[in-house]
Amino acid sequence: MIREPLIFEISAEGKRAFDLPKLDVLEKKEFLNNLPLREDIKGFPQVSEIEVVRHLTRLSQTNFCIDTTFYPLGSCTMKYNPKVNEKVAQLGNFLHSHPHAPQDLVQGNLEVLKSIEDFLCEITGMEAFTLQPSAGAQGELVGMMLIHAYLADRGSPRKVVLVPDSAHGTNPSSAHICGYLAQEIKSNERGTIDLAGLIQQMTEDVAALMITNPNTLGVFESDILKIAEIVHAKGGLVYMDGANMNALVGKFRPGDMGVDVIHLNLHKTFSTPHGGGGPGAGPVGVKKHLIPYLPFPVVEKGPAGYVFNHNRPKSIGRVGSFYGNFLVIIKALAYILSLGAEGLRETAEIAVLNSNYLRKSLEGVYHLKYSTPTLHECVFSDKLQKEHGVKNIDIAKRLIDYGHHPPTMSFPLIVPGALMVEPTETESKKDLDLFIEAMKKIATEARETPEVVKSAPHTSYVRRLDETSAARNPVLRWEGDEEK
Amino acid sequence: MSYISLSHEDKKKMLAVIGISSLDELFCCIPEEIRLKRDLNLPSPLVEPELIHHFEEIGKRNSDSSYLSFLGAGAYRHFIPYVVDYLSSRGEFISPYTPYQPEVSQGTLQVIFEYQTLICQLTEMEIANASLYEGASAAAEAVLMAHRLRGNPKILVANTLHPQYKSVIQTYVKNLPIEIKEVNYNERGELDLDDFARKIDAETSAVVCQSPNFMGIVENLDRIAELARKHQALFIVVVAEAASLGILKAPGACGADIVAGEGQSFGLPLSFGGPYLGFMACKKDFIRQFPGRIAGETKDAEGRKGFVLTLSTREQHIRREKATSNICSNQAWCGLRATIFLETLGRKGMRELAYQNIQKANYALEKLSEINGVKRRFSGPVFNEFVLEFAGGWPKVEGFLRQNGVLGGLSLEPFFPELKNCALFCVTEMHKKDNIDRLVRLVGEVLR
Amino acid sequence: MYPRDFYYSKDHEWVKLEGDTATVGITDFAQKQLGDVVYVELPAIGTRLGVHQTIGVVESVKAVSDVYSPISGEVIAVNEELNNSPEMLNQDPHAKGWIIRMKVNDKAEIEKLMNSVDYEKYLEGIES
Repeated sequence: MIREPLIFEISAEGKRAFDLPKLDVLEKKEFLNNLPLREDIKGFPQVSEIEVVRHLTRLSQTNFCIDTTFYPLGSCTMKYNPKVNEKVAQLGNFLHSHPHAPQDLVQGNLEVLKSIEDFLCEITGMEAFTLQPSAGAQGELVGMMLIHAYLADRGSPRKVVLVPDSAHGTNPSSAHICGYLAQEIKSNERGTIDLAGLIQQMTEDVAALMITNPNTLGVFESDILKIAEIVHAKGGLVYMDGANMNALVGKFRPGDMGVDVIHLNLHKTFSTPHGGGGPGAGPVGVKKHLIPYLPFPVVEKGPAGYVFNHNRPKSIGRVGSFYGNFLVIIKALAYILSLGAEGLRETAEIAVLNSNYLRKSLEGVYHLKYSTPTLHECVFSDKLQKEHGVKNIDIAKRLIDYGHHPPTMSFPLIVPGALMVEPTETESKKDLDLFIEAMKKIATEARETPEVVKSAPHTSYVRRLDETSAARNPVLRWEGDEEK
Repeated sequence: MSYISLSHEDKKKMLAVIGISSLDELFCCIPEEIRLKRDLNLPSPLVEPELIHHFEEIGKRNSDSSYLSFLGAGAYRHFIPYVVDYLSSRGEFISPYTPYQPEVSQGTLQVIFEYQTLICQLTEMEIANASLYEGASAAAEAVLMAHRLRGNPKILVANTLHPQYKSVIQTYVKNLPIEIKEVNYNERGELDLDDFARKIDAETSAVVCQSPNFMGIVENLDRIAELARKHQALFIVVVAEAASLGILKAPGACGADIVAGEGQSFGLPLSFGGPYLGFMACKKDFIRQFPGRIAGETKDAEGRKGFVLTLSTREQHIRREKATSNICSNQAWCGLRATIFLETLGRKGMRELAYQNIQKANYALEKLSEINGVKRRFSGPVFNEFVLEFAGGWPKVEGFLRQNGVLGGLSLEPFFPELKNCALFCVTEMHKKDNIDRLVRLVGEVLR
Repeated sequence: MYPRDFYYSKDHEWVKLEGDTATVGITDFAQKQLGDVVYVELPAIGTRLGVHQTIGVVESVKAVSDVYSPISGEVIAVNEELNNSPEMLNQDPHAKGWIIRMKVNDKAEIEKLMNSVDYEKYLEGIES
């Protein structure tokens, strides 16, 4: 396959892909007076429209994507992205709506925001949501800030946040940005939070416990009530990372079980597309005691219609210019409206069914560090294959040759050589079986012909890429500006 | 609607493999007493035609897009070539995951690499990242980055930075040992250099200045850069209207150390505020403190060129609490749209677009300032936004315009109490001469 | 396997004491755990370090590790070569891949560390 060049490499003087209508106002050169102007944009491409279309179309064809491929990425919930949701998010009245438009002219938009807030409250058992965070990580930051503001208001600012050793990196990172010290809490032999350890570590200097439930091993923290009790008894709060909500919708509500604040990932549980790395959305839900601190504006329904309320004296402030990733929010709302209560519950049930089917079929073929029952995902490791010199990254790359996207790798940190598998509820049995078969074949190859696995992938657009020299000698842009 | 792909037969077989007889048994790890025992109280599910109708009805309760609008202030209406929608709607661009497995994500990664290059070219900075959430949080990340680099507690922020960006910066630094101090604007609407000279000192990590600023005034960034350098403070330039980069002197050429901004003007519709596109660029030396994902070039096992996400050890999933930022996702798909937009407009198109903005906005400004009772509030040069002062008050004019199907400028009093009766207008290449003349006529009418 | 005249910490740093000067680096075990090193963050000359204070950071493609000072002292030299060739840490961790040289405060601190025999036993315990 011919390597697709960079757009700059096919650019040349004289080509154009775009024309504006002629200037219709009287042109006045003096309007440019006093403006610091640039001579040109050096190196900027000049190509024709067909060149743009071919370039990007061919590039797109080198991507795996959900529309073509199974993505068993643990913790990512790569479910199918319904197409009708794309359509409703592109309706002109939403697409061309200006964020500074007067409230009374955008009642439809405010209705979208209030509706999804109400539905997310019902789904999670929380009492209010902010839709402003642009992603899960930003949602976590908001969650930490809410806790911080609440405790400071009570004259009890604390310095520490407890984070399980199985947690996603954004957890301690978000805590840190908020000025907290992240203290690790160890998992027990079941892979869940060690209660004795928690009792010891939960002091009056701990602001919160960040918990993922089910945790990153796919295991439900069944002691959640006791955990919340221990934390609350010392005046702390429970923050739940809702990344794994796909296992719980319609079966369990975090708000009923002592969680004070939760973030959700609309691009996970609620089916909005990942887009190659965003945009997502990370709404944050809270219980009543945290409502005053939510980012402003909040959406309220009054007698005359919906309003944005900016008058929130205790608010932590804004985390974004406007109201969140609005088009992403529309897609998630459409998803909730399409599925309804029964559809959402079925989502969790089949997500867990698919995952346990995979787990049962691969048990013994790959090592499972924890034998605890799991919900929508489980974490295998490369322990058995390592005996032949084959590591998790090799297994991942070999899966590509079988036409599957690899599972999540090397996470959580408590499972060395981890392979985290989450099929989601939208996969068919046929595709699951193809994956199982591929994994079994690779396990055999690891024993009999390990070199084939270690040098994978063989059939992809590019072979295994050298990430070491990319980091040692970073080349982060095309450098040919001088000639062009 | 159901998106499940299992037949009844499939479910039976799978339950048998697992060794259970019902789906309920899968959830026995959730203790009985905490399981939800009722159905969620949600509306009955809508099938596709009902869903579309439902949203069309909600959409009808919006009417702002049927007005002739002169709103800007951080969200700009520009032309979007149809190829942007066409190409970005491909499933291969919408539905992949983050390119952590580069061998199967070369499309996404090469687009990011091209995007990074384009941002570097536009800003004349040495490196750019794969994007951040939007302009305000990009500005906040720039402030945090400057603080990590210099370690001094003070950050000077021009008063004319977009108020919502200021607000987000305040939120981000609240629990950190950082103090934000504002620098005033002068009569021209530019950063007051005397006030700046008074306020900058050895305790300052960085200076933040937006250009064109919130008042629409294009700043003389060179002078500010010089002063910042004298005090070893980093110079952060914020660009809220990215289209201006097509013709104005690049921040890099003016001495910026870090550039942060909003890329919504590059092919993203207004979308009631999101998703937008934060961009950030900086000097090569600062690479290790630079937040966000970055794509880099490398070779594969056969020596062929390829792209990977690189320098990941700066990021949260590895560095955890020591990370340069907690940011995980970027706005990849928005960056893709921007890339298509920039590659389609090209070198000449970008300049022409920017040129028309200057011409049309200044035409409008000139004509409106001629009306009795309307005054150009600031004398500095403008790109596509300007502030007008209405002697008889803005609300009366605003109301009359609305009655006549026009959304005039944004009232500035809520953000700047001293700018009573002032409004911020935005005119872009999308406004025809007729549109502008209509605005002028209506304003003239109500003030007669 | 591990140099007989070095002392070793539980965090896999080694110390070579020559008079009042100590050279510090990370062990072969540590470099294997990290994988290909891409960057080393070195301290400034003159930095005073206490026991177990962070000397600097070693980054590989997929991991980051703090390097802790096994003994206390003042940094008198850093291995600038590592800026250009971080791979030295992988290729020759016990010699060319040295990280810093220090003027030691108290030579007796070395007694608290392991000798090569004890370190090799310690590694066996980890690997099982």
